[in-house]
Amino acid sequence: MHKYFPQTPADQNKMLDDIGASSIDDLFHAIPETLKYRGTFDLPPSLGDFQLTKHMQEKQALNASLTVFRGAGAFDHYIPTVVRSITSRQEFLTSYTPYQPEVAQGTLQYIFEYQSIVSELTGMDVSNASMYDGTTATAEAMYMAYGITGKSTICVSKTLNDHILEVIKTYAYFRNINITYVEEKNGHIDLTGIDDLLQDTMGIIVQSPNKYGVIETYGDLSDKVHQHKGLFIFNREGQALSLLKTPKDEGADIACGDLQALGIPLSSGGPYIGYLATNQAYIRKLPGRICGMTKDIDGKRAFVLTLQAREQHIRRDKANSNICSNQSLNALAVTVYVSALGKQGIKDVTQACLNGAYHFKNMLLNTGLFEDVYKHPHFKEFTLKYLGDPESLNILLRQHGFLGPVIQKNEMVTFAVTEKRTLEEMQAFVGVLQ
Amino acid sequence: MRPFDQTLIFEKSTHERQASHFTFENFETIALPDTILRHDDPLLPEVSELELMRHFINMSTKNMGIETGFYPLGSCTMKYNPKINDELATLKGFTDTHPLSNDEDMQGILSIYHDTQKMLSTLTGMDTFSLNPFAGAHGEQTGLMIIKKYHEQQGNTHKNVIIVPDNAHGTNPASAVICGFKVVEIKSNPDGTVNLEALEAVLDDSVAGLMLTNPNTAGVFEKDIRLIADKVHAKGGLLYYDGANLNALVGVARPADMGFDVMHINLHKTFSTPHGGGGPGSGPVGVVSSLTQFLPNPQVVYENNQYKRIYHPHSIGRVGGFLGNTLVYLRAYVYMRSLGKEHLVDIGPRAVLNANYVKTKLKDHFNMPLKDYCMHEFVYDGLKDNSDIKTLDIAKRLLDFGMHAPTIYFPLIYKQAMMIEPTEAESLQTLDTFIEVMEQIVKEAKETPELLKTAPHHGYVKRLDEATAARHPILTYRQLKEKEASQS
Amino acid sequence: MGTKLYSASDEWILIETDQVSIGITKYAADQLGDIVFIDLPSVGQTIEKDGAFGAVESVKAAADLYAPIAGEVISVNQSLLDAPELLNEDPENTFIVTLKIDQLDIDGLMDETTYLNSKN
Repeated sequence: MHKYFPQTPADQNKMLDDIGASSIDDLFHAIPETLKYRGTFDLPPSLGDFQLTKHMQEKQALNASLTVFRGAGAFDHYIPTVVRSITSRQEFLTSYTPYQPEVAQGTLQYIFEYQSIVSELTGMDVSNASMYDGTTATAEAMYMAYGITGKSTICVSKTLNDHILEVIKTYAYFRNINITYVEEKNGHIDLTGIDDLLQDTMGIIVQSPNKYGVIETYGDLSDKVHQHKGLFIFNREGQALSLLKTPKDEGADIACGDLQALGIPLSSGGPYIGYLATNQAYIRKLPGRICGMTKDIDGKRAFVLTLQAREQHIRRDKANSNICSNQSLNALAVTVYVSALGKQGIKDVTQACLNGAYHFKNMLLNTGLFEDVYKHPHFKEFTLKYLGDPESLNILLRQHGFLGPVIQKNEMVTFAVTEKRTLEEMQAFVGVLQ
Repeated sequence: MRPFDQTLIFEKSTHERQASHFTFENFETIALPDTILRHDDPLLPEVSELELMRHFINMSTKNMGIETGFYPLGSCTMKYNPKINDELATLKGFTDTHPLSNDEDMQGILSIYHDTQKMLSTLTGMDTFSLNPFAGAHGEQTGLMIIKKYHEQQGNTHKNVIIVPDNAHGTNPASAVICGFKVVEIKSNPDGTVNLEALEAVLDDSVAGLMLTNPNTAGVFEKDIRLIADKVHAKGGLLYYDGANLNALVGVARPADMGFDVMHINLHKTFSTPHGGGGPGSGPVGVVSSLTQFLPNPQVVYENNQYKRIYHPHSIGRVGGFLGNTLVYLRAYVYMRSLGKEHLVDIGPRAVLNANYVKTKLKDHFNMPLKDYCMHEFVYDGLKDNSDIKTLDIAKRLLDFGMHAPTIYFPLIYKQAMMIEPTEAESLQTLDTFIEVMEQIVKEAKETPELLKTAPHHGYVKRLDEATAARHPILTYRQLKEKEASQS
Repeated sequence: MGTKLYSASDEWILIETDQVSIGITKYAADQLGDIVFIDLPSVGQTIEKDGAFGAVESVKAAADLYAPIAGEVISVNQSLLDAPELLNEDPENTFIVTLKIDQLDIDGLMDETTYLNSKN
């Protein structure tokens, strides 16, 4: 017996009697004997709850607790308690996909509110119910553009975060999509000759702020993309959306990215949450789940999964994506986080990150050990040249409990500062260097 | 007073209310150039903390959950989600670690990754698993990429066809297409098993692989599986196992022994991680030893008493940002450590016993396409005595009894399909209650059919107008406001 | 009054002196259920016999539209964009596209009786 297995031997005997079988083994008679596994499984013995708890506490202690000055797609933000209070409710946590909407109005309503929030943050007309993460959301944006234009080449800026570039590469390779990379110059996308590069492509993917934290400016790039009948795909991490000119106003056709910074802990890497948003023209080309508002037969407002005919379970081999789920519970976390911070709170936290980043940058520059080469405006991430060996720098910082910057090429290092980084921590950090 | 009217949080907002409280460091205020900033006023919530809590807590009461009632959803394996899994997933060492920390600083989570994939390997007979795919469909996509890479490496780029049975879940052909394969569908036998002649007819040199789930989507074990595997392998193809129905086999039989080369598992099905209302799940991909080199990057290995992330040169590449849905497979790890060697092997037998019990008790009322014992789930094809009442009506009426509907209208080979999977987690008493409720519904179908046709009656909403939702979609608060403005 | 013929993929064509119109059959409309969206080709587009020229979506299904005959699109039924439900109300008399055709290749097309029998 085990606490997850209610049936006692007496229960099992009664059930077998009713079924008319002599043993449970009998029920498996359709499986050939040669395929029944009679060997042993190399599994550890069962642990009671207390032993299991001790075991996991030992495991978690083997993950070092560090003061984080690094981002690159995973940000250390404060998450208000209400987020977990809501996401730990079993009605949200254990429930199934809302295919029976009459018993899932809770889930459907928060998905609708999530879609609304993403639409407001990006400026785009519509959003889906979320994607696995920012990297795969960007790859799926590429699939969308492929489906819409029929062109099999895409331009991709080299200033995208490395992991996003790798995932795009994987997804493109297997679908026989060619990538034309757009070079970088001085930490920014290099748009020289972009007209030629855009010829006959499905469009371009850019990221701003980019992998160096640099806020990019694109001039008339979106016009050029549209002249070439391509799509302008714009990646931005969630928090930066509240500060900068929206992807919509930048001329984007598809906006994508990760919302981890809006209510999801670092989590040792996952689950995070990708967003995918587009304009009305492409609403039926959006993969994934979408929730819409409707009424029930009594005229009461209700929510329901809609536009499902686009999805893989109906289109099968004609689908343009195979995505079958979303990151629902994380979408709830984002919805609660944004609701908790509210219109003003989001501005305040964002401003705090901005102020902290610039303050810390100046402290670093004042040590004389760094140089501001790029000199571009940035948000919470920024890149400086380190006048020494970055690997040794990070080893030293690690010894003092800091997770140092991401190391780029040519001794460039990228820092991240959030509202959690205090003046005291920054002073201690700088103190280590001197 | 409970808000039944489904007001949005935006509609409840009052300017200047806030549900959070921050104090910040006294740094100088930075103003970026005006031209790069946004200046609009987005429609974001403004509520107090109490209003926020009431809003979401009231919304939660409109949801069913596993702890509210029974979910007999075929192929979804809605088993109990243990509370200790959730508690241990909130330990700070796991929630607060940055994924770009050094390997030495992530030994806790890397050892969990490694040990989880080892346990999954021994249960399935596969050599290694990658926990990087985020969901079942993502795992399928990853597995198919591995198959493609394998054939490329062998110099067989002409092998570009994936065979899929007509009763397969839609993700199977969709995944194949986005990996650059051509899909060939073959007709199944009436019991959902692979028709060997149909398979032979399409098995040629261009076949890269065959995708199957076993037991199949009708709950029947594919007893010719070894023969099928041999035929596909003889043509140089690989066999892919869709792990959606793995719950029947845990402790009983192993996909690798059946001849499968690649498989995915749905941790949110077989290994108790929460469905979360639709995600996040986790779809680990397992392979036989000749294919380990192709697993997505990074892979986690144990070398010199250390767990390390490595990047294999033959890997298909990265399929996600970091290491998959870490806090999800951590829960699966806790589940497997709780059950351990002694109890994990009981999952399949107990699940199959529960399914057969329910099937036996209801066989007089429903059309049963399959007479033999079922595996962990079984399919009914409509009421025996009534062709006027559809599966949808029965499903909706079940909601009135506090139970979730089974899987309906799948697999497509049965017109009034209803797929029932109780899982091993449900007690005899719950099963008996379900049986009683179904018998009650059968009675109502004869005596008061209108009750079923207009069900559900006791929820927060009745049947919905899905056609209008799809014809004139309102997908955001802003679109709702625009619609209301244009109507006034 | 023109000639109406039916295809195995559940489209009908109405052949008139100078044009051919195409729609979906009542059988198809009933199978699909409440139609929510239609993807129409553009005027001027050339479509091939048996080629896909659009798609129809219902709440629970999606189906490609296959041209029973080749030709150039001279008009599309714009009212279907706002009211796709018209196809459920009177599918046999609601055209989706009209074509200008070069040759009348009706190979493989059936008359009404043959089509309806094939559905049993």
